[in-house]
Amino acid sequence: MRRVYVCGIGATPIGEHWELSLRDLMVLAAKKALEDSTLTKRDIEAVYIGNMSSGILQGQEHLGSLFATWFGIPGVSAQKCEAACASGGVAFHQAFLAVASGMYDVVVAMGVEKMSDGNTYDVTSALIMADDQEYVAFTGSSFVGLNALIYRRYMEKFNVKHEDIAMFAVHDHKYAVNNPLAQYRKAVTLETVLNSPIVADPLRLFECAPIGDGAAAVILCSEEVAKKYKSDRLVEVIASSVATDILSLHNRKDIVTLNATKLAMNKALKMSKIDLKDIDIVELHDAFTILGVIHLEDMGFAEKGKGWMLVKDGEIEKDGKIPTNLMGGLKARGHPVGATGIYEVIDVVTQLRGEGGRNQVDDAEIGLAQNVGGVGGTVTINLFRRL
Amino acid sequence: MNTFINSVPRSWRERKYKYRLIGGICKKCNATFYPYRGSCPYCGSDDIEEVNLPKKGRLISYTIIYSPPSEFRLKQPYIVGLIELEDGTRIIAQITDVDVNEVKDGIEVEAVFRRYREQGADGIIEYGIKFRPISD
Repeated sequence: MRRVYVCGIGATPIGEHWELSLRDLMVLAAKKALEDSTLTKRDIEAVYIGNMSSGILQGQEHLGSLFATWFGIPGVSAQKCEAACASGGVAFHQAFLAVASGMYDVVVAMGVEKMSDGNTYDVTSALIMADDQEYVAFTGSSFVGLNALIYRRYMEKFNVKHEDIAMFAVHDHKYAVNNPLAQYRKAVTLETVLNSPIVADPLRLFECAPIGDGAAAVILCSEEVAKKYKSDRLVEVIASSVATDILSLHNRKDIVTLNATKLAMNKALKMSKIDLKDIDIVELHDAFTILGVIHLEDMGFAEKGKGWMLVKDGEIEKDGKIPTNLMGGLKARGHPVGATGIYEVIDVVTQLRGEGGRNQVDDAEIGLAQNVGGVGGTVTINLFRRL
Repeated sequence: MNTFINSVPRSWRERKYKYRLIGGICKKCNATFYPYRGSCPYCGSDDIEEVNLPKKGRLISYTIIYSPPSEFRLKQPYIVGLIELEDGTRIIAQITDVDVNEVKDGIEVEAVFRRYREQGADGIIEYGIKFRPISD
């Protein structure tokens, strides 16, 4: 396998982009990433686009050719990759494989989702398609509802208070303030979170990632192409892994552990030959506060039932033991579902390049991005190292 | 309103397992699961037999949906629960015949046949299994 590098990143701010279409967002992100890489359109050999719901939200599929056409690069290999909210992560994985295999030297990994075109009810219907339509969506559960089932079980099993889990949202908002790409650049208090409307009991509105639009792109290249860059512009992809779990919660023996995270994490550590303690920064997929807590545990940073303590003790802060979600996480940076996996990669690369501004972690060398589809039906882990 | 295409056969072909609590039992690893399928989700064995699951169980976790998908619009709030049947098999279903303020973890429940959703204004009505508390 060949070495793979990230040589360009670019994204639109996340928000309600009334004036921008799905295709506009993709073109904007790709343009920015390409500019950042100093490569040209002609260098691009393949494109992998993470997207979950363009079919239902825009009536549009076939995003590979659509993008190639509107970006003016017809002829390249291009395709959509879908794994619910992990679509961006699996698109990145495919792009990684395409370069690692020796097939291509310059590849774009992109993610896009345009959610504000639909009303909340229709977007809620689109999101529950991440689970089994006939035996789970059929019951009327929303996607938030499935995570609420996990939340209640977790609180009961480990005797944890609601406010100790809800703290995760406060953490995310605090760091989003300094991220120009974030959807909500505003700090919130725990009181605000706990008093926000209930979406699916016990989950409150301010514990759930928002609906938003955005596209993000990264340019991956081979060692040969990487040679022309100064080393401070390059970040190496030292592992890329994908794992699946049984799709629906009722068929799992333990609903407060996401096994796919454990599997993907083990694969990634093996591939990169690093230890857990070598990881300096983490971007995790906290679509809901409870997931942030559970991911810390499943990745191995905390014992089962104790992930919330890391948040409470300040260990996931910029100067903590395991700095996490330093650009606002899913809650406050935003979660345009199919694009999220790529936004996370950009957040990690930004930190490793030392461009994190006020949120910059001192001397960050190795970073992790975790992207989750459904209630953990798919998990991707990507590991990066500064050169 | 439906957010995806109406289809009679899509519902029809699932009727056996949606209308009855028929699960699968793996002859290799002994796991049971709902609904029935031809391969074991745990060990991958293709040696699976149909099994009639118990109609009674216990509520393991629940949520109250206040912001529903379009197909359930105007039905909120309603309860969705994770139920563990008497043999340990689990299922996700609506909890019915109980007020949202009175539902509790751990209550005993039993299966009932109920209406779930409609495929638009002139499509078919989809039915399935819900659970209600067993009264003392």
